Amino acid sequence: MNRFAYTRAGTVQEAVQALAADPAARFIAGGTNLVDLMKYNVERPGRLVDITRLPLDEIVQHEGGLRLGALVPNATVAYDPLVNERYPLLASALLAGASPQLRNAATTGGNLLQRTRCYYFYDEGTPCNKRQPGSGCPAMTGVNRIHAILGASDQCIATHPSDMCVALAALEAVVQVEGPDGRRAIPFADFHRLPGDEPQNDTTLRHGEIVLSVDLPDEDFSKHYTYLKLRDRLSYAFALVSVAAALEMDGDTIRTARLALGGVAHKPWRNAEAEDRLVGRPANPETFREAADVILAEARPYTHNAFKVELARRAIVRGLSQAAAGTPQSQTDKRIA
Amino acid sequence: MATPSRVVGTAQSRLDGPAKVTGAAKYAAEFTAPDLAHGVVVSSAIAKGRITAIDTSAAEAVPGVIKVFTHENRPRTAWLDYNYRDQVAPPGSPFRALNGPEIVYGGQPVALVVAESFELARYGATLVRIAYAEDVPNTDLEKNREAAYVPPKKRSGIKPPPDPRGDAAGAFEAAPIRLRQEYKQAIEHHNPMEPHASTVVYEGEGKLTIHDKIQGVNNTQGYVCSVFGLKPDDVRVITPYVGGGFGSGLRPQYQLYLAVSAALDLKRSVRVVLTRDQMFTFGYRPETYQTVALGADEDGRLQALTHDAVAGTSTFEDYQEAVVNWSGLLYHCPNVTLDYKLAKIDTYTPADMRAPGAVTGIFALESAMDELAYATGIDPLELRLRNYAERDEGEGKDFTSKALRAAYQQGAARFGWSRRKAEPRAMRDGRELVGWGMATGVWEAMMMQSSASATLTPDGRLDVACSTADLGTGTYTILAQIGADALGLPLDHVTTRLGDTALPEAPLAGGSWTAASSGAAVQAACRKVAETLFGYARGLPESPLANADLAHVTFAEGEIRLQADPSRKVSIAEAMRAGGVDRVEATGSVKPDMLTTTRYAAYTHSAVFAEVKVDEELGVVRVTRVVSAIAAGRILNLKTARSQILGGVVMGIGAALEEESMLDHSLGLFMNHNLGEYHVPVNADIHDIEVIFVDEPDDKVSPLGVKGLGEIGIVGTAAAVANAVYHATGKRIRDLPITIDKIIG
Repeated sequence: MNRFAYTRAGTVQEAVQALAADPAARFIAGGTNLVDLMKYNVERPGRLVDITRLPLDEIVQHEGGLRLGALVPNATVAYDPLVNERYPLLASALLAGASPQLRNAATTGGNLLQRTRCYYFYDEGTPCNKRQPGSGCPAMTGVNRIHAILGASDQCIATHPSDMCVALAALEAVVQVEGPDGRRAIPFADFHRLPGDEPQNDTTLRHGEIVLSVDLPDEDFSKHYTYLKLRDRLSYAFALVSVAAALEMDGDTIRTARLALGGVAHKPWRNAEAEDRLVGRPANPETFREAADVILAEARPYTHNAFKVELARRAIVRGLSQAAAGTPQSQTDKRIA
Repeated sequence: MATPSRVVGTAQSRLDGPAKVTGAAKYAAEFTAPDLAHGVVVSSAIAKGRITAIDTSAAEAVPGVIKVFTHENRPRTAWLDYNYRDQVAPPGSPFRALNGPEIVYGGQPVALVVAESFELARYGATLVRIAYAEDVPNTDLEKNREAAYVPPKKRSGIKPPPDPRGDAAGAFEAAPIRLRQEYKQAIEHHNPMEPHASTVVYEGEGKLTIHDKIQGVNNTQGYVCSVFGLKPDDVRVITPYVGGGFGSGLRPQYQLYLAVSAALDLKRSVRVVLTRDQMFTFGYRPETYQTVALGADEDGRLQALTHDAVAGTSTFEDYQEAVVNWSGLLYHCPNVTLDYKLAKIDTYTPADMRAPGAVTGIFALESAMDELAYATGIDPLELRLRNYAERDEGEGKDFTSKALRAAYQQGAARFGWSRRKAEPRAMRDGRELVGWGMATGVWEAMMMQSSASATLTPDGRLDVACSTADLGTGTYTILAQIGADALGLPLDHVTTRLGDTALPEAPLAGGSWTAASSGAAVQAACRKVAETLFGYARGLPESPLANADLAHVTFAEGEIRLQADPSRKVSIAEAMRAGGVDRVEATGSVKPDMLTTTRYAAYTHSAVFAEVKVDEELGVVRVTRVVSAIAAGRILNLKTARSQILGGVVMGIGAALEEESMLDHSLGLFMNHNLGEYHVPVNADIHDIEVIFVDEPDDKVSPLGVKGLGEIGIVGTAAAVANAVYHATGKRIRDLPITIDKIIG
């Protein structure tokens, strides 16, 4: 762990300025990931700018939807009555992740910025293009059962670890940010990026930009949704594969479909063609399998993670079945519905 | 002297519980000293090769960094391997930290940065620059199986496989039912909650007080004296509490060597604590390939059994454990051949991990027995009863006791085994397939030479003490219970002291032998106290016990009473006054009875029944019920005994479904070296676990009739779960852990 300076920002403007003035500075809120990364010498910030006192800690109604302040703890979102009434998919995904202690400390904005759980990324003794661009990616031929099957590059096969973000991708949230050049709104699909030639960059956020809120649009997937997470133990493990499904139904016919996958790519994975295939079709396993086939046609497994392709196929079918039937996966009863 | 059992055998909460939950209990890294310096270990980034350059200048330039120790400047220590062998070292050359530039395993310590604060030491550690010349590491056991060898030197305390009996190969060929399968155990790391740590207090004049994460302080003391050329009188080791060991704390580890080195060199106190990552840089349960072949007649009676194992070890030591021996004693079979070999890989030496060898070997044997049950169409429990061994045929000895049949029956009854549908995939609960599996467990019941003291004061308070460690098992409590009953005192009048080399010597806390060994020593010490006290009582003028002898009195409620007439009595205080003493103190020593151990085989047994519910399509396995029926002789404390078994079962579920240290063979490094990625069971993984202790009187195994409980709970659990998975799904998974990919694959 390195030495670092510490400042506390009193306003958003102060926070943005503090970061803009120092290329080695990082924001810190819950610190549930950043502090670990600092202990592992993966992150070596010269300065931490504490943003926990900023007034970004409320959930408010906004343009017919909800605005989740960047500093609202994950636990607060998960148990918020309005979130549970209107966006139960989000609440479910949050409860599928981490532990109560972590959810109490972790924030909405911080959750967006979690870094991968790739073993090599966390081990400073090994090469890693994400940690040290150009050094190589031993995961490609090494221990890669948790790694990506979609959208990877020859630089990086890491996956994005968040559960919350998979739900937000399906819900088409919008991330409001403020930076030295002012405010901008980033559609969720554009917030995280694929590794390409710059695996060190997980998101499109620029240095000095701060997340203000995550806005949930005025839509209703509260009847037909699920968050189905498959992992190596029944709690407190990152997803091997997860599925966030949100449907609107006309009887047995799918009117609107959103489908996002976690644990399979460098970002929450969506496939517009697969979602289009679902629309106007009867909700049955054949339909769901077709969508899964579309998504997984471009899957590329590595030494140890080929099982993820079949697991994702089955999880998509089961998740869509749960959503269509209105029987979402419970996050407390570990029996899969 | 009658000592009616009043607290022994009851359920008592741990005496050390309040200290532990309030933080009053101090662990090795929590002791401090004036002017304490802090050491942080730098670990090798490569698994094999040599250090070509090590630059510590940047670290040493940090104000507050005192010194950086490397192979280039380390203080001289003993030369011969012999001096580095601790009490349980396997044959070979024990690893020596900072001994030279050679790197022999991944994560090997290559520097110790000592600073005025932990934070400065940790920062300094990031500034040490090391250049390596890398060799290609060889860590893939599968690629080294052909080079497996029978260990030329046997490890002390580990019996090699017994000689073959009958003609297993011939009987196998002749048997109408034959099966031969390969089973695989993954590498597991112990991962106790408490990381390894040593606080070395420099007392001046060459004296050290050491607080070390160790399962027996005498092992640390012996190692330090031998390696650093110190006298036992100058090295006191005090470790009253151990935050879990599971075997990882049996051998002194490198943080001890580094902390003592630094303390002696700097002439000041030093503490070194390993990180969770560094907990993956020493011993582990070895990867093991096993082949089991069973030949049986149509009635399921075993005719031939062969069990071969190839286990990994380091390049520098031949770690050995009993993997295949169990197959020679658990069932009646006339033709048995057992074989155990090692293969070297570029990792640290494996270490004993809870029921070492038995977890591995019994998984294979009991999986194979389950396969035989299906092959013969005989119920798995019935198959085991048909092959029940009335004596240890491996060594040709009778058992001191064996109530395994009762364990099978009571366990099966509680589980509801008779309602099991024999066919795989025949039981369902909604979408989930339900599977019921069972397995047998076995572990040695050992007793070791052990001493303890007992000190009684006139107020009727007793202190019992010895050097052994309580790993969270209940040793503090059971020793107090034994003392209380021995002298007829209430439990809250008895205190226990442990984990100090100034106390009478006890063996390492391992092998499930502590209750039998230290328990007997406490009883022996209390017996001597009773004799002395009784002598004083008889010496009272006109003593009411004047003509009695010890056999005719009872110690109860602070008094010595004549059994025939309890009104004739002398209080403890009166007796001490008569003796002119203010305390009665005695040391008791016990050792195993050689005649008995030569003639008899002593084992604990278990019958484990597991229910799983499997979402086959998604590969999700839930262990919804376990019944573990234990035959372990006399049970001293029903509550801590049950907790021991619960912990063993949970760890067995982990072995079955989750635990695996994954090696990158290109780098030669373990990659999932943290508790986020090395999975052990969490609450959501654990449901109903029921523990039954069957009655098993045993007057031979140990003076108290105790067999020990530390390991038996884990043995057989993984096989029971794997067998249940087969019953649920029809899919036989022979390599642990049984993860999602294997279920859907």
